[in-house]
Amino acid sequence: MKYALYTGCVAKGAGRENLVATYLACEKLGIELVEMTDAACCGAGVINEDNPMVADIMNARTFSLAEAQGLDIMNICTTCQGVHRKAQRKLDGKPEHMARVNDELERDTGRRYKGEVKVKHFYEVLLNDYGLARLKEKVVKPLTGLKLGAFYGCYATRPPEVNDLANPDDPDELEKLIEVLGATPVRYDERLKCCGFPIAMVNKKNSMQLGGNAIVSAKEAGADAMVTPCPLCHLNLDAYQPDIESRVGRKLNMPILHIPQLVAMALGVSKDAVRLQTHIVRPTGLLAS
Amino acid sequence: MASRKVTMRIQRFDPAVDKQPHDQDFEIELPAGITILKALNKVRAEKDPTLALRYSCGSAICGSCAMKVNGHARLACKTQVSDCTIDGVMSVAPIGNLKILRDLVVDMDPFLDSLNKAKPYLEAGNGSVPEHERTQRPEEFLQIDPSTTCILCAACYSDCNVLAVDENFFGPATLAKAHRFIFDSRDVDTPNRMRAVSAKTGVWDCTHCGECSTRCPTETKPLERIEEIRVKAMADGFHGNAGARHALGFRETVGKRGILDENYLPARSMGFLNLPGLLSLVPIGLRMMLRGKNPPLIPHKIDKLDEVKKTFARFEELRK
Repeated sequence: MKYALYTGCVAKGAGRENLVATYLACEKLGIELVEMTDAACCGAGVINEDNPMVADIMNARTFSLAEAQGLDIMNICTTCQGVHRKAQRKLDGKPEHMARVNDELERDTGRRYKGEVKVKHFYEVLLNDYGLARLKEKVVKPLTGLKLGAFYGCYATRPPEVNDLANPDDPDELEKLIEVLGATPVRYDERLKCCGFPIAMVNKKNSMQLGGNAIVSAKEAGADAMVTPCPLCHLNLDAYQPDIESRVGRKLNMPILHIPQLVAMALGVSKDAVRLQTHIVRPTGLLAS
Repeated sequence: MASRKVTMRIQRFDPAVDKQPHDQDFEIELPAGITILKALNKVRAEKDPTLALRYSCGSAICGSCAMKVNGHARLACKTQVSDCTIDGVMSVAPIGNLKILRDLVVDMDPFLDSLNKAKPYLEAGNGSVPEHERTQRPEEFLQIDPSTTCILCAACYSDCNVLAVDENFFGPATLAKAHRFIFDSRDVDTPNRMRAVSAKTGVWDCTHCGECSTRCPTETKPLERIEEIRVKAMADGFHGNAGARHALGFRETVGKRGILDENYLPARSMGFLNLPGLLSLVPIGLRMMLRGKNPPLIPHKIDKLDEVKKTFARFEELRK
């Protein structure tokens, strides 16, 4: 199995541990990755609100780069994943628009997007391409006893037309993944809500309250830690957790893990190697080495 | 087709006797192809006539019967029981973010009042009564076609993540209503309308969570309308707020490096002259630095950057 790895910006910046863990997990699984070092930012839905044409050209360029390699794209960020899927839907569904975007793209780069590439998140690769049964066979260090609350992130479930979840209103894909890794999934009310990250700079009070509601909900349902496929959710819930604690007026101490970290650890990679120590809320004592 | 037994788990609340809402299960035989609205009326007819709900047209036009089905807002008259029954059970509760009056009936006043923030009427100028109707070309109407389809059901208001933590937020329906007049070719008050939605609690306070468009039973799709307002705000120079500065920061750093500069972006969003805003970034910056989690001081650049720069530069020229 081989994919074009689209890292996204955060994995090259404030969430490098997500990228490190992805490589370690994929090495254990025999999944070959070719990093798309020439792909630009997906725009995170923001460039789309400044100039939708530029956003579409950038994403069509990314797709064309993967097509040139003959590989499908693997994302490790649900925001990138959601933005890519929305862009693909817009391009593939409107041939006239696609032709215009391709003309603009070709003018600057000589490339064209053909509409052939598939875009998948790491967890979708595991669920749909690799297979959970096969993954289970590779688990050498099951995360037994660990109670984990999956936090999906908005783009993983909405809009429902651009994700592959069987039931986006009440998904269980991440819970199934958690179970295969030996941990116990914890369902909680806020697991499909917004973490608040997109408005951290615009309205910090609301952003922290949204993050707080999510963590409190997971904690009250008995989760030892939360795990998310979105590094932006990770940033808001982990890096801002001291601010969130001030906002909700209680100590939370909730570790926020990336999916690839969890997978890598269950496959025998040490918690130091997946850089749990770089998290603001360290999962100390949660996962014995 | 055969009927089947379904457990309808309905949230009940009678302010005269209940302190908190509670669920009540009704086991009922329902024919195939029945809507939730019809099923609820069957419960009233056969099980409990005191069950309170609001409905009128039964045809997804009046917007009266929005309620939460299995936790998400939907129109009861437009939703099949068979699509929502899980292991023979479905839950029905009142829509969210509004005070419950009784059972499935909520106080709609805060929702309806919030629409006034959008000044929901045409400002055609002159103040005089025109001699003939104010006309629009079809392509002009197409711009507001989606936002005119809103039926004020409040499904978006119910599931909006931001309204759940801040009742002062304009909310998706109000922003869609603002869109309806901002993009109306006959309206003359666009700059004031843009100023209003660009202020705090307006268009930039939305998190993009997507609940509004996912729950909307019409073509209004508030998130898409919010995005169109933001595009206009950027194009028309309404940049004096953190949301617009954030978008400018994306344009600047991605256009320069192909990838975000996560050190530059927060400061750009706050505003370089906004000292309290900049100082508010210091604790998280230090916290991340101490853990080695801070973005690299020399930010990353993508390969083949010239391709991306060319596109951004060309569109920057067009903008001028």
